[in-house]
Amino acid sequence: MDLSNINPALLIAALMVASVPILLAAIGEMVVEKAGVLNLGVEGMMIMGAVCGFAVALTTGSPVIGFVGAALGGAALSLVFAVLTQVFLTNQVATGLALTLFGLGLSSLVGQGYQGLKPPPTAKLDLGPLADLPFLGQAVFSHDWIVYFSLLVTVAVWAFLKFTRAGLVLRAVGENHDAAHALGYKITLIRTAAIAFGGACAGMGGAYISLVRVPQWVDGMTAGAGWIALAIVVFGSWRAGYVLLGAYLFGGVTVLQLNLQVAGLAIPVEYLSMSPYVITICVLVAISATRSSTSLAAPGSLGRIFHASR
Amino acid sequence: MLRLEKRPNPSRFWAIASPIAAVIATMVAGGIMFWVLGKDPLEAIRTIFWDPLFHENFAAYSRPQLLVKAAPLILIAIGLAMGFRAGIWNIGAEGQYIMGAVIGGGVGLAFYPLDAWWIFPLMVVCGGLGGAMWAMIPAILKARFNTNEILVSLLLVYVAENILAAMALGPLRNPDGQGFPGSRNFGDFPAAHNDFLIPAAGVHWGVVFAILAVVVAWGVMRFHVYGFRVRLLGESPRAAKFAGVSPGRMIVLSFLISGGLAGFAGLFEVTGPGGQITESFNSGYGFTAIIVAFLGRLTPIGILLGGLLLGLTYIGGELAQLMLGLPGAAIQAFQGMLLFFLLAADVLTNYRVRVRG
Repeated sequence: MDLSNINPALLIAALMVASVPILLAAIGEMVVEKAGVLNLGVEGMMIMGAVCGFAVALTTGSPVIGFVGAALGGAALSLVFAVLTQVFLTNQVATGLALTLFGLGLSSLVGQGYQGLKPPPTAKLDLGPLADLPFLGQAVFSHDWIVYFSLLVTVAVWAFLKFTRAGLVLRAVGENHDAAHALGYKITLIRTAAIAFGGACAGMGGAYISLVRVPQWVDGMTAGAGWIALAIVVFGSWRAGYVLLGAYLFGGVTVLQLNLQVAGLAIPVEYLSMSPYVITICVLVAISATRSSTSLAAPGSLGRIFHASR
Repeated sequence: MLRLEKRPNPSRFWAIASPIAAVIATMVAGGIMFWVLGKDPLEAIRTIFWDPLFHENFAAYSRPQLLVKAAPLILIAIGLAMGFRAGIWNIGAEGQYIMGAVIGGGVGLAFYPLDAWWIFPLMVVCGGLGGAMWAMIPAILKARFNTNEILVSLLLVYVAENILAAMALGPLRNPDGQGFPGSRNFGDFPAAHNDFLIPAAGVHWGVVFAILAVVVAWGVMRFHVYGFRVRLLGESPRAAKFAGVSPGRMIVLSFLISGGLAGFAGLFEVTGPGGQITESFNSGYGFTAIIVAFLGRLTPIGILLGGLLLGLTYIGGELAQLMLGLPGAAIQAFQGMLLFFLLAADVLTNYRVRVRG
């Protein structure tokens, strides 16, 4: 095994790229959960985004329009979830699972003709002199626009929840929907908007896998990324900063195990491939073991059905 | 303006009618989907739901397949439903199914080519234990550390898939297989082969176990105190607490049962219809079983019928692939849609629709 080939600047660069899908999906899901809705369909929305983004980018020749298409695809699927849980008052856990099962099936149906094709490349952003900085230039300032966009979304969500009135209303709806309803806020509308935002974010995260990370369309290519995003929201205690940390931690593990695979570590590839999932589980355990359930900071109405009796 | 009014008690009529309404709605929506794909919707629906059972040429082959496909679905769904009713969400049955097959199958292969009557029973026991062991991970983590069991059980599916790949390419690879991935074929190892007991009806040991599971689950839910506790915990966790039901114990027991049943299903599949342990022998039964559980309204008898129906869509889907060139993924989307409609139709069981003037 030869570890000297692992360059720290490239490692950080790869880590930032590897964590983009998870970060986008997790930050979107965090907003949904802050509004008191548990959408377990992240995996389904991501894979729909992946296939929609791929198809749109290939047809229009523009990856940017592809990402827009992915956001729309993810949001469209999430609206199915919104209608079921908000209008038909269905169980959110079961509906989220249904969304994932349906999304996996529909995406592979839509993606039939796209296997083996190459999408238009997403260019690196030219940051001028910043990119020439020693170390940092290679590690942080040499990415495509989506990497910075995902960071921007994270900051925007943080500021929205912390400083704006709308953010406060959203949190109120998530903490206690009966009280928020009594104050006259439109619970169903606010939650539907949050769900659609979460769907759009998950869709873009999925498209990053099919347009940049891989880049091609393969059935079921998100491979559990949506579930890891859900775990990272719990890990991040529903706070944007910690969600970012969690996503980068996960990205780091992914990149490190890929590097170890390349370096020829003397254990079968499969054991390295399972490490991100195992580590996510370990992190979940560590989080839940060290904090009592009340200080887990989960929104008060998370996963509960809202039915306005009056 | 329509509005929903909560019923004091769930409607008995809609409890039975809503799954039927959901199946009909899925056929209509599925028909539209097939039409968008450029197929004749009526012909597609007939090919999926009618031809496997009654077509003059294919039915002889596909009728026995019904039980072959339905058995693992029923076996897994019975275990899952007993958890779901208590609000315990084991959604990693796919992983437990894989581990049951790998561990049970591996034990059997260790005795190759010994011919002894006790090999297959031992494999069945080890398969069940393998699935149960894999299910114990999320259960104990939940009971001990309050770790989210939904996420852990699901993430363990991906871990199990990687273990399966490592085993099929590594220790369990057929030594006489010219380097091809996959284990020895259980068909060539009579002592470990889950052969058909009644070939004409597609009955193998997995079917026997599935029927047994339905009967036992029905009895337990109706007459045993465990069934009462499951319902109590699901319908009123607070009341369950006062009645002295320990949630931790219920979680462990529930995962033990559902994991063990999924493990059995995996073992019967891999030693029988599947034939060998390969990287991709698992065909998503663990996830489809969730749909079966809901289609059966989480009751054993309902699951029996739901398993047969979803088993039918598997065979019908294959037939439609062959006859109409319908993509295989269409049937997966179709099954997902069914779960949507089931959940939506359930609103009529718990709520009354009122017109507001």
